[in-house]
Amino acid sequence: MPTATISGQEVTVDDEGFMTEYDQWNEDVAAALASQIGIDLGEGHWQVIKFLREDYKEQGETPMLRRVANMSGVSTKELFLLFPKKPAKKMAYIAGVPKPHGCV
Amino acid sequence: MKKLLVLGAGTAGTMAVNKLRPRLDGWDITIVDEDELHYYQPGFLFMPFGKYSRRDLIKPKRTFIPDGVNLVMGTIEIVEPENNQVLLTNGTVLPYDYLIIATGTHPTPEETPGLESDDWYQTIFDFYTIDGAEALAKKLADWDGGKLVVNIIEMPIKCPVAPLEFAFLADSFFKEKGIRNNVHIEYVTPLPGAFTKPVASEHLGGMLAERNITLESDFYLERVEDGKLISYDEREVDFDLLVTVPVNMGSEFVGRSGLGDEFRHVPVDKHNFLSTKFENIFALGDAAALPTSKAGSVAHFAVDVFTDNFVDYVGGKPMTEAFDGHANCFIESGDGKGMLIDFNYDVEPLTGKYPVPGAGPFSLLKETQLNHWGKLAFRWIYWNVLLPGRPMPVPTLMSMAGKNPVEQTQTKQQVGGM
Repeated sequence: MPTATISGQEVTVDDEGFMTEYDQWNEDVAAALASQIGIDLGEGHWQVIKFLREDYKEQGETPMLRRVANMSGVSTKELFLLFPKKPAKKMAYIAGVPKPHGCV
Repeated sequence: MKKLLVLGAGTAGTMAVNKLRPRLDGWDITIVDEDELHYYQPGFLFMPFGKYSRRDLIKPKRTFIPDGVNLVMGTIEIVEPENNQVLLTNGTVLPYDYLIIATGTHPTPEETPGLESDDWYQTIFDFYTIDGAEALAKKLADWDGGKLVVNIIEMPIKCPVAPLEFAFLADSFFKEKGIRNNVHIEYVTPLPGAFTKPVASEHLGGMLAERNITLESDFYLERVEDGKLISYDEREVDFDLLVTVPVNMGSEFVGRSGLGDEFRHVPVDKHNFLSTKFENIFALGDAAALPTSKAGSVAHFAVDVFTDNFVDYVGGKPMTEAFDGHANCFIESGDGKGMLIDFNYDVEPLTGKYPVPGAGPFSLLKETQLNHWGKLAFRWIYWNVLLPGRPMPVPTLMSMAGKNPVEQTQTKQQVGGM
């Protein structure tokens, strides 16, 4: 697995830059990952990111968009405003959880 | 006497009772369904183009239920896992020791505002139901052109390659009619490309381009209004004729019973299909929330693995077989040709030969006439070999033999691509 230095820390990432170790994540890393994809984290972002972290821990997989919208209190519409164009992928990237398995 | 109750006499449920009946001596096996008719769903794709009619695709379900299995016709109200029983809407109570949920997944147009409007089956159609496919056949028979949009609303859907096949077949159909120049075909998908996995997505995306089918990706539909698709991020795509795949949801009783996820699919162990909540409930086929395609081929491979495991499990032994997510789909590409893909949880669809390495006779991710004939012949295999639970001459678990490995450069995607 390749590694990357993010916000001064060495983290393990996959080919697409998604973090692979849940415990290497912290809020500074999240902010740095967000800025790499042009997102400045605000309150709404954090609400979603915290939900993703919790849900991944409980379920063992990255939630899909519908689940996030149903359970995080942030609607699909808002998710598209917070994480433009590709919300499912972007929020997983920032939350340090695997890319959602897009469903085959 | 131990009781096995199977909900749903579709592809997965029917195969399961056929495989299990001879293996469970002295068991009472009951299967429940609300529809007397078994539909050959892969055939729906061809109906809009006049290739099949209703009677080509229907047989009575009873024909496929073996002796010694009780078939109960009725609508399921709720599963009560704490009481180990299922209630039907007519008041019937069906107790069980073990329960298999195999009630599939269904197009649910009411999930999307504007679909079931006055335009439903006038200018907006689905082709995943026999009524939709038939209505669309009538529409296409005398449609003289305009803008055709083929759309997927949200993943997961059953047979995820079917919308692409529809686009390819539409291109071929309009060419044959001599009106291809009057038709603009656009493919509008929530996925980042033509398909999910990189190698297949690249091949299939190229095939769209070759056919002058435009691709609108990352389009997450919010509503349909005044002849336009409108996404959550306010992009608009107009259409004269919309062929959409509505959101797929599991049966309503799954939600009512608290057994489903947000799509009413049942969360299960992806290797043995045991419910994550109850140790005497399994889900098979499209009803299960599995990270692989929802398709008959998956149900078939899954039931093969499940049968041995279930016999061990009820005998108090550990389940030793692990399902790998094996899926295998013919893809019609139009003009009498087709392709084949073969993949699993870990290995994406690759090029090569199947099932015999080097010899085939089928070619993976490549358009050939033989693949097309394979797809047509499959209807006979489905009724006569697959549903009755007879052995198929292909391996249950996916094999890398005959497949060409991914060229490293092809799968690399950059974060900048987000």
